Amino acid sequence: MRRDDLQFDSHGRLRHLLTIEGIPRQTLLDILNTAESFISVGEREIKKVPLLRGKTVVNLFFESSTRTRTTFEIAAKRLSADVINLNPSASSTSKGETLLDTVRNLEAMHTELFVVRHRESGAAHLIAAHVPEHVHIVNAGDGRHAHPTQALLDLFTIRRHKGPIENLKVAIVGDILHSRVARSEIHALTTLGAAEVRVIAPKTLLPTAVEKLGVHAYTDMREGLNGVDVVIMLRLQRERMTGALISSEQEYFNLYGLTQEKLGLAKPDAIVMHPGPMNRGLDIDSAVADGPQSVILPQVTYGIAVRMAIMALIMGGAPQTENAPAGGRRA
Amino acid sequence: MPQTSELVDINATIAYMADELRPRLAQHPIMIGIHTGGVWIAERLHALLALSEPLGTLDISFYRDDFTRVGVNPTVKTSNLPVSVEDRHVILVDDVLHTGRTIRAALNEIFDYGRPASVTLAVLIHRDGRELPVEAQVAGHHVKLKKNQHIKLLGPEPLTLEIQEAHT
Repeated sequence: MRRDDLQFDSHGRLRHLLTIEGIPRQTLLDILNTAESFISVGEREIKKVPLLRGKTVVNLFFESSTRTRTTFEIAAKRLSADVINLNPSASSTSKGETLLDTVRNLEAMHTELFVVRHRESGAAHLIAAHVPEHVHIVNAGDGRHAHPTQALLDLFTIRRHKGPIENLKVAIVGDILHSRVARSEIHALTTLGAAEVRVIAPKTLLPTAVEKLGVHAYTDMREGLNGVDVVIMLRLQRERMTGALISSEQEYFNLYGLTQEKLGLAKPDAIVMHPGPMNRGLDIDSAVADGPQSVILPQVTYGIAVRMAIMALIMGGAPQTENAPAGGRRA
Repeated sequence: MPQTSELVDINATIAYMADELRPRLAQHPIMIGIHTGGVWIAERLHALLALSEPLGTLDISFYRDDFTRVGVNPTVKTSNLPVSVEDRHVILVDDVLHTGRTIRAALNEIFDYGRPASVTLAVLIHRDGRELPVEAQVAGHHVKLKKNQHIKLLGPEPLTLEIQEAHT
């Protein structure tokens, strides 16, 4: 573990979640295991536990989001925190206030956790570098850089439906170049030792030297899907494209859209995932998205438990291990 | 140095607890054990009393009052109450009653599942050191310990008790 990493405090405890990079395997497993226990909270009559009672969580979304913001809000509320949703593009920042000024003003209101989404890569890191010790930051997506909570909920989904990651071949398909989800997923899957991680995309949508991340790159989707256990489809991010990276949507769908026929090349019990929002008929055929191998809606449900686990772990006060002096349950 | 307590015959104590609980069977109670030691005791009581409905288990980690000091233990187990507690008589089982804080947390959690008709507390070891107004209706064995001593149930097979002394 890098002790200079912003994400960890001086005792090596996770205090911000900014990126999967640099987080040890055991910490990732701790998050997934804790999320497992939070699943049951969502299934009972009163879906709330008192862990973050009296704490204030600010959802600071400089970029629009429905699913991520809503699941963070529900997760925080199920932990009994108070939640404020801000969409600063519509308020102070349009009057010229800087990102750090916005955060300092919110801190002055005694808030404890910021969930930040921003169009610029590195925005969450910048904020984390400037907040006092009792304030925690969760990156909910920064530019093309990282979306660690999505990667963790995807891992959770894979583990729940397919068992240990070590035995699995995972293909990530689509707009890898613009995808912070893909980057975070690749780091998470390789840290947990997935048997193989493949990325499948047209050359124009593959980052240069993507193999250095420990993945195999394919431009032929049929070849890439052959024998995989998990197919993760990504959204074509037309809003981030600056040039003509695909020739036409119809051709993109023909070559890289997931159809039942192409899915037939993966293992018969392979699962299909998509972080949303889906472009039906462009990234994925509706019959597959709504079909028996799709776990796209369970991903959303698990996202709540995973985000509860992340918030509970980073806001908890002491060593997050079994051997913590006062960590054992005592009557 | 930890020392093993051989003063308590655990099986005989659990049998005694079962006898004490037997008159309550007329109310068709359900049983809930608190992780981890309480579940071990509850499993044995559940068998001795031949309760027909499945045993519930509680992990009170999410209800602890010292969360901001100790954080969440990532090995937290899942609470599982297979039978609704609504309007039921509940026998809540734990291994050691000490400060009463675990029981406070367990009661809070049970009430998030529903409104039981009553809750009876049964513990294997009833020790001194209460910090809350919590008492057990059925107590297997009473012990007095020094402030820095803890009594810990080890298991699940065989069940043994160990007295640990915290170093100051």
